[in-house]
Amino acid sequence: MAFGPFLLLALMEGLVTSATLALAAAGLSLVFGVMRVVNVAHGEFYMLGAVLAWAVAALVPGPPALAFLAALVVAPLLVGALAAAADGLILKRLNYDPEATIVATIGLLYMIQQATLSLYGPNANPVQAPFDWRIQLPWFGYSGYKLFVILAAGLVLLALWAFMTRTKAGLIMRATQVDRTTARAFGINVDRVYMGTFALGAGLAALAGVLIVPIQQAHYLMGGDPLLLSFIVVIIGGLGSLRGTLIAALVIGLSDGVISMFFTPTLAKILATLLVAMVLVFRPHGLFGAKA
Amino acid sequence: MALEVAGLIAGYGPVTVLRGVDFRAEPGRITCLMGRNGVGKSTFLKCLMGLVPATEGTIRLDGTALEGLPAHEVPRHGLAYVPQGRRLFGPLTVAENLAIGGLVQGNDRATLAHVLTLFPRLGERLSQVAQTLSGGEQQMLSIARALCLKPKVLLLDEPTEGLQPSMVSLIQDAIRTLTGQGVAVVLVEQRVDAVLRLADSVAFMVAGRVEETRDVKGLAADDPVFRNYVGV
Repeated sequence: MAFGPFLLLALMEGLVTSATLALAAAGLSLVFGVMRVVNVAHGEFYMLGAVLAWAVAALVPGPPALAFLAALVVAPLLVGALAAAADGLILKRLNYDPEATIVATIGLLYMIQQATLSLYGPNANPVQAPFDWRIQLPWFGYSGYKLFVILAAGLVLLALWAFMTRTKAGLIMRATQVDRTTARAFGINVDRVYMGTFALGAGLAALAGVLIVPIQQAHYLMGGDPLLLSFIVVIIGGLGSLRGTLIAALVIGLSDGVISMFFTPTLAKILATLLVAMVLVFRPHGLFGAKA
Repeated sequence: MALEVAGLIAGYGPVTVLRGVDFRAEPGRITCLMGRNGVGKSTFLKCLMGLVPATEGTIRLDGTALEGLPAHEVPRHGLAYVPQGRRLFGPLTVAENLAIGGLVQGNDRATLAHVLTLFPRLGERLSQVAQTLSGGEQQMLSIARALCLKPKVLLLDEPTEGLQPSMVSLIQDAIRTLTGQGVAVVLVEQRVDAVLRLADSVAFMVAGRVEETRDVKGLAADDPVFRNYVGV
């Protein structure tokens, strides 16, 4: 294949990575932005989304599209409910202390991982894509499902933006993000806002897991890479900045696609980590984050 | 029908700041709180709002007990708070700050329209981000945000601190208008001239207690009571 089509293929693969990464990182950024909690267990919510998608696909009879549609709804809801419970049982009791919640979410990470290993097992299991269309370009054929992933993630992120900027709940979340004490003085139940935010962040990660599982397979250790990349994205974009997160996800995803295709995936990770180091040195609050 | 506080004790962790505050605010009247720095004036307002938990004592508004309520429940009973330093939601617009103020009462348009007649300048800046307003406009917004709650009692913590004289008189006029509408105003203020011009009564705090309450009528700027309790 000539260089041009090869680059186009690499960019399309990068866009798929960007799409799922943007979803997962948006959840992480939202949780940090509103709650000031660095959620180390975020990757496990992504993994749970994928594993639950496999479980739902196994339980729902009929065409794969129906099972996948059910998984798209059920998995994020279940993971969101689990996150809400974790918030009430663990984070709230720690009064959302930044240091204590880091330790607590590390514990949560291992609890979720080991529980999944016990209940689901060590195997990687595939989930059938809801459809197997292929788009035939002049140089190569490309999976229609991967294009669907990009479209679906884009629509979800658009809906998230509309939710945050156009709804009363979004306004309450943004006010709480700015000043939780003053928010309380105006009748905002901050505990409830935190619970909803943690559930929403986890739900977004789970949704990313559901979307990726027909491409990657579900495995109990699959949460590590998305966690690392999500942290890279939110550090570059600026912790708590949704706009920065989306732009950084695009940059990291595309560069990951291109560098992985032309060189090696390891080099892509090394360069992303180097970029994080440079951002931390020269612009510690990220490209779009507010100065502390 | 008033705000009545009896024997209020509160503080931060092991540090007790309020040591048995007795206090009363009447509808349609402005009661100023004066005292030296660190006597507990701001802590008292925070305690009324539930932001600093009371360990002992009672807070009654129209007979309803407010002590022990979670902070987010207090505004539903008609208490609104203008904190020291404004504490606006800076990245949000003026309209969004006002909408947060009106959450408790359902953001009815009539209340917003009324608030904007008190501060017409804010009406021209509804889509402007709050942190880009001037200091005086930010203070107006802080008060307007509290008024969107349709309060029975308005607590203001040094609302004219650091403002230019024209802005100070504008804000004082607005506060006066509110008392005409039956709102009880509790005002932490350090400047004697402002207290004499604005207040109906003044409560002097010493070491976490209200030591003395006086009607402003008959008080002069050189009255020894100010020197005793405020040091001016």
